[in-house]
Amino acid sequence: MPALCRSCLHDFAEGARCPDCGSPRVVSHPELFSLSIAHMDCDAFYASVEKREDPSLASKPLIIGGGRRGVVSTACYIARIRGVRSAMPMFQALKLCPDAVVLPPRMKPYAEVSKQIRAMMDELTPDVEPLSLDEAFMDLSGTARLHGRPPAVMLARLVRRMKDELGLTGSIGLSHNKFLAKIASDLDKPMGFSVIGEAETASFLHDKPVRMIWGVGQAMQAQLEKAGIHRFSDLLRWEKADLHARFGSMGDRLWHLARGEDHRRVSANAPVKSISNETTFHEDTSDPDLLDGHIWRLAENVSDRAKARGLAGRVVTLKLKRANHTQLTRRQSLRDATQLADSIYRTARALFDAIGQQGPYRLIGVGISELIPEDQADRSADLLDPQAARRSGAERASDAIRARFGPEAIVKGRALR
Amino acid sequence: MKISIERGALLKAVSQAQSVVERRNTIPILANVLIEAEGSDVHFRATDLDIEVVDRAPAQVERAGATTVSAVTLHEIVRKLPDGALVTLTDDGASGRLSVEAGRSHFNLATLPKEDFPVMASSEYSSNFSAPAPVLRRLFDKSKFAISTEETRYYLNGVYMHVSESDGGKVLRCVATDGHRLARIDADLPNGAADMPGVIVPRKTVGELRKLLDDDDTQIAVSVSETKVRFATPDITLTSKVIDGTFPDYTRVIPQGNTRRLEVDAAEFAKAVDRVATVSSERSRAVKLTLEEDKLTLSVNAPDSGAAEEELAVAYGDERLEIGFNAKYLLEIASQVDRENAVFLFNSSGDPTLMREGNDTSAVYVVMPMRV
Repeated sequence: MPALCRSCLHDFAEGARCPDCGSPRVVSHPELFSLSIAHMDCDAFYASVEKREDPSLASKPLIIGGGRRGVVSTACYIARIRGVRSAMPMFQALKLCPDAVVLPPRMKPYAEVSKQIRAMMDELTPDVEPLSLDEAFMDLSGTARLHGRPPAVMLARLVRRMKDELGLTGSIGLSHNKFLAKIASDLDKPMGFSVIGEAETASFLHDKPVRMIWGVGQAMQAQLEKAGIHRFSDLLRWEKADLHARFGSMGDRLWHLARGEDHRRVSANAPVKSISNETTFHEDTSDPDLLDGHIWRLAENVSDRAKARGLAGRVVTLKLKRANHTQLTRRQSLRDATQLADSIYRTARALFDAIGQQGPYRLIGVGISELIPEDQADRSADLLDPQAARRSGAERASDAIRARFGPEAIVKGRALR
Repeated sequence: MKISIERGALLKAVSQAQSVVERRNTIPILANVLIEAEGSDVHFRATDLDIEVVDRAPAQVERAGATTVSAVTLHEIVRKLPDGALVTLTDDGASGRLSVEAGRSHFNLATLPKEDFPVMASSEYSSNFSAPAPVLRRLFDKSKFAISTEETRYYLNGVYMHVSESDGGKVLRCVATDGHRLARIDADLPNGAADMPGVIVPRKTVGELRKLLDDDDTQIAVSVSETKVRFATPDITLTSKVIDGTFPDYTRVIPQGNTRRLEVDAAEFAKAVDRVATVSSERSRAVKLTLEEDKLTLSVNAPDSGAAEEELAVAYGDERLEIGFNAKYLLEIASQVDRENAVFLFNSSGDPTLMREGNDTSAVYVVMPMRV
């Protein structure tokens, strides 16, 4: 069975240790040198970056996340041993690990490191599809002749380089499609290298729970369980048409995934489909003034990002999560797409008012979707709102001021609520 | 209950009923039509809790009574029956079935108890008047295209019918707007309407009302209260709740000082707009109007898909002006013009534009320009 030493990148035929350097960090698989779709996932990325910047944190449990009521966004592996998981409420994490150091996320340095990793991946293949700052799909098909070594070797070299040059570790999943590559990268974390070959796909998936599917969250899982679907083997019993009838387009996807099929391409420029932002409160609230301030800040953040990308949205979405975790979402299509914070805010605020009193809420989110280029947006004014043109002029002017003097140079009073 | 009724009369009555019934219903009885037979008439009543329609049709009533059946199913059956057939509806009260017989066809339909059927509470109407069908038809037909579908501004989801003043005289006026265009249509004030409260007639009601207005000779009895409006012909009574909200002050939206006057043949204009808009790929197809002395140039420039240009001979004597509009909005207002030339009054490329038919101010339209 082909094998590869992840320490010295020597490839050999058989064995648990590298015949060359003696390292036990060996990965072997019958299809090791023929698979080319990979998923790279950094290990505890935010925490690792922080530990790298401040070596005194190295041996301490570290949690990156926000506020008393916030959630854990990343926990280092020391904290994970104690049971801390990402997306866990902070109070629970601190109960499990009271001596943890908690730091708020600092996106700027993370984005910088992410750029360096991206540059390394770009050297391997032009087909890099980032999912977030710390993970990406890569399609290395047809690169073996260019690099002189098969994809598996290049991937092992990538993580070795990340460790040597950036001081960060990552895990690789290697398979024949994106769905399985993503599952694989998670199998052997941290510093993992897992392979799911074509031959073993069916047997590998058979007993796995369906929540493994990327995109199947709590709600979807509950729906599936209602239909008696817990594992992939349960899915195999369903006809495609029945799954479609019950779950819509997700049903079609489930039918294919159950068979280990995923025909999505790794695409370097996956178009942005929506821009959104949400915030979890320190304490549940139904105070309309407080919520209004949040709606404005979220709208402004969404607007800033839309403006930075030259995009505008035709649909505005408002999301509210109640104290009992049930979720309300409302959307409004606009006649004229917008990227203006003022219009996003007003639309979201109208949606909020239409919901009525259903609080208290623990989370609020605002987003735009059905994105189009900005030159086709905000092109006509509202007859019934003659002040809108003045407000949009004021917004463009304060954008210019903020671009020159910094984001805090001018803010709306509403943002201080 | 046992009645015999001619298929044509039954179809007419049932089709009005089934169009009021909501297709997706969580309350089963709301999918049904209430059939009440008494004397020499049968009444068909349907509701969605906001609108109630009652159709009267002449029938041979052998045995008086009442029951409810699915409006859509009954309509489908009657529609498929041969023209001229005599249809017999029988309900023995005990079996929970309505039998529908016509020639050799025989159907049994499930019924629900008539007691469960929600009958809209009758109310006091503060104003009652009568208006000829063509007058109401014009008021609503020419305004309804501008009704908003935006749910957050629910008070725009209908036509605002109210009494107003024009040239010193009182008029019955209908206004609709979605913030991008506005239609304001006036008619002579019918006798007895002067005290009518202004009401916002919902979009669906406007659609249902339209079916009462086809016959030029019909007089429509209109009753209005703060919360409800009723339109009745001798055979059909349409009662609807009105939208509970305040229609915005539209008068300040209608430009008064627009002086740049363009006169153009509306049909030619609409065809030209339609032609040049073909090349536009965006959803909101923007058309640019360039006005020069007695010449109008319509153009579309879509970088991805192409460009188009067309010239029209028009009457225009002011300064050169370039202004953009959504092609659909232009087509919709141009299609309201049916007798004379369309007259557009512009101010600047950022201000609302007014359109009317010749010098007739009883129907004016306002449309907002867009950046091109």
